[in-house]
This record gives sequence, C-alpha cells and structure tokens, in this order.
Amino acid sequence: MAADKVDPIHQFHIIKLVPINIGGYDLSFTNSALFMVATVVVAAAFLFLTTSSRSLVPGRLQSISEMAYEFVGNMLRDAAGTQGMKFFPFVFSLFMFVLVANLLGLFPYFFTVTSHIIVTFGLAALVIGTVVVYGFMKHGLGFLKLFVPHGVPVFLLPLVVLIEVISFVSRPVSLSVRLFANMLAGHITLKVFSGFVVSLSALGAVGVAGSVLPLAMAVALTALELLVAFLQAYVFAVLTCMYLNDALHPGH
Amino acid sequence: MFVTSAFAQESAPSADTSHAATGADTNSGTSVPAEAHGAFPPFDPATFPSQLLWLAITFGLFYLFLKRVVVPRVGGIIDVRNDRISQDLDQASKLKGEADAAVAAYEQELAEAKKNANSIGQQAADAAKAEAETARKKIEAALDEKLGEAEARISSIKANAMKEVGSIAEDTASAIVEALVGGKASKAEIAAAVKSVAR
Repeated sequence: MAADKVDPIHQFHIIKLVPINIGGYDLSFTNSALFMVATVVVAAAFLFLTTSSRSLVPGRLQSISEMAYEFVGNMLRDAAGTQGMKFFPFVFSLFMFVLVANLLGLFPYFFTVTSHIIVTFGLAALVIGTVVVYGFMKHGLGFLKLFVPHGVPVFLLPLVVLIEVISFVSRPVSLSVRLFANMLAGHITLKVFSGFVVSLSALGAVGVAGSVLPLAMAVALTALELLVAFLQAYVFAVLTCMYLNDALHPGH
Repeated sequence: MFVTSAFAQESAPSADTSHAATGADTNSGTSVPAEAHGAFPPFDPATFPSQLLWLAITFGLFYLFLKRVVVPRVGGIIDVRNDRISQDLDQASKLKGEADAAVAAYEQELAEAKKNANSIGQQAADAAKAEAETARKKIEAALDEKLGEAEARISSIKANAMKEVGSIAEDTASAIVEALVGGKASKAEIAAAVKSVAR
C-alpha cells in the first residue's frame, strides 16, 4: 500500500469494475470505461445545460460553450474551408472529448483516459479512417493524388511518393503517440513530485521542511498540465482539421 | 519504437517483473519498483478490447448527441444573434439615413429662407431708394418752379423799373433844368439828352 502511494505507474492500472466476457474477449466495464462515460457525461451535460436558456446575451457558462463552438468552427474553416464544415460535429466531439478527458484526469485519484495509447490510437484511427473513406468516396482514385505533389521532376517521383506514403501512414501513430505520451509523462512527473512530498514527510521535521520544494513543484506542474491538457486537445483537433483538408482537397 | 519495446515486454512474461521495474525506473526516475502483476499498463494488450469497445460506445454516443442536439442548438443561438445584430445594424443605418435626410432638408430650407430674406431686404431697400428719389425730384421740381417764378418777377420788376428810370430821369432833368436855367426845356430835348446819357 505504501508502494502504491509513491508508485507513479499505479495510476494507469486498469481495474475491472464489472467483468464482462464475450466470445473470449475481455470487454469488462473498467475504471477506464467509467471515466470515458464520465468524460462524455460531463462534456455533454455542460454543453447541453449551459445553452439551455438560449440567451441572446450569453452568460459566462454559455459563453464558454459558444467559445468552444466558434473556436473549433474557425479552426476547421481556416484549415479545410467551408466545405470542411460538414465534419464540424466530428471535430467538435473529438476536441471536447480529448479536452474534458485531459482535464478530468488532472483531478487527484481520477483516471486519465487519454494516458492509454489504445484510446488515443482509437481516436487517431477514427480520424485517418474518416479521411481515407471520405477521400476515396469523394475523389475515387483521384484521392491518390495526395501522394503525388505537383511540380516534382519525374525521376524524383518514386522517392517523393514513397516519402508521402510513409508520412501518411505515420500520421495515426504520431497523432496518437503525441497525445498519449504528453498525458502519460505529465502524470508520471506529477506523481513523482507528489510522491517526494509523501516520502520526505515521513522522515520527520526536516523532511517536512524539505518537502516544501517538491510541493511547490507539484503545484507548478499542475498549472503546466492544465495548459498541456488544453494544448494537446487543440493540437489533436488542428491536425484532424488538416488531415480532413487532405480528404477534401487531395491535389495539394 | 515505444510501442514495440512495450510489446517486447509483453512477450517476455518470465522476465516481466524486472522489465516492468526497469521500465518504471527509466520513465519516472524513482527507485520504486512497479507492481508485480502485468506489464506497463498502457501497453497491456489484455485491456485493449474492453477499452476500444467502451471508447466506441461512449464516443459514438457523444458524437451523436453533439451532432443531433448541441451543434444545431449552439449554431442556432449564434445565427439568431448574428441575424439580430445585422438587423439592428440595418435599422440603425436606416435611422441614420433618415436623420441625415432631415438635416439636409432643414439646411436647404434655411438656405432658401436666407435667400428670401436677402431678396426681401433688397426689394425694400430699392423701393425706399426709389421713393426717396421721386420725393427729391418732386421737391427739386417745385423749387425750380419757384425759382423760375421769382426770376420772372424780378426780371419784370427790373423791366418796369428800367422803363420808369427814363421818365424819372426826364422829370428830374426838366426839374433840374428849370431850377438851374429857369426856362423850360422842351420835352423832346430832354428825352434825347437822357437817352444819350443812358446809352
């Protein structure tokens, strides 16, 4: 138990709350699933309740919902043009989901959904899948022009196409690993410094005095993590917008 | 690379504990060993199906809710507000146009009134001048007439006087001759003498 308190990895453990096993797959309702539900409920309830009065002059909370809406809307319009607005609900849900999951993860004892690579990879695969499916649906084989930039000499073309294909394939990986690694590293660092506070306090008066430094560090890191939580949600949404722009306009 | 090393951990369950411990060490920089069961949790494939399923369920429902309810509602609020703002701006510009027109009409009327005032003043001045001129002319004419009359009377008086001067001179001359000479000079002689002197 003492080890749990200072073990920085402990917070990432998956705990089965309701064991479910179907066809040999473990589909249990875990703490991860619980916090996915919490993320969705918090985000949806916030957006729903703050806009329920539909005020012409918004209050503070309604302003937050509208700011989030217009923030993502402008982001998508800048990256993919007005044609891209058909993906607005998708990008808005991604942004809100990642943002609220990151922010919820900052509460002590809360599980961080986005600190598991399979979750971020699932979201990234959804983005790339949407890009590929929509790209082929709209442009047919013309979507493959994405891999053939204009104005490249013919003898360089095989090399350039290879690079383009590799960069396209690495997109879901980079998109998911960026979010996952940021959340994981941030939470480990936070836990390590908080762990120092606990360990030092156990050493008596000198230790308690010395634990002020890691405590201050933990406070500063919490502020940083708040920024990272927003920034990573923003980065995820911006990159999604840019990838969707490729699906809409593959010819660069 | 990150992923593959983690999978390597999974595929070597016999060395699990030590691997997980070193993994924890390199990640965290603390000397606290990781828990003995399982691999580094984010890379534990045993949890993948459950997490993917629940992600699909929760995110799917979230997406549907946002698409059906939240996005139309917030979009509606913002559209209504933008409509209202542009409507208000239109009305404001319409009212401003009306105010401008009223100012222009007022200024035009003011300019017309000024012009009228000038012309009325000019007319009055002209009329007064003309009246003064006719009055002056009338007076001048009357004065001229009086002057003429007076001159005529003077000249007639003068003529009469001149006429009488001869006879008076003759009388005087005959009286003087009588007194001096004692004889009577004929009337004709005296008249001739007077005439020659008067000439």
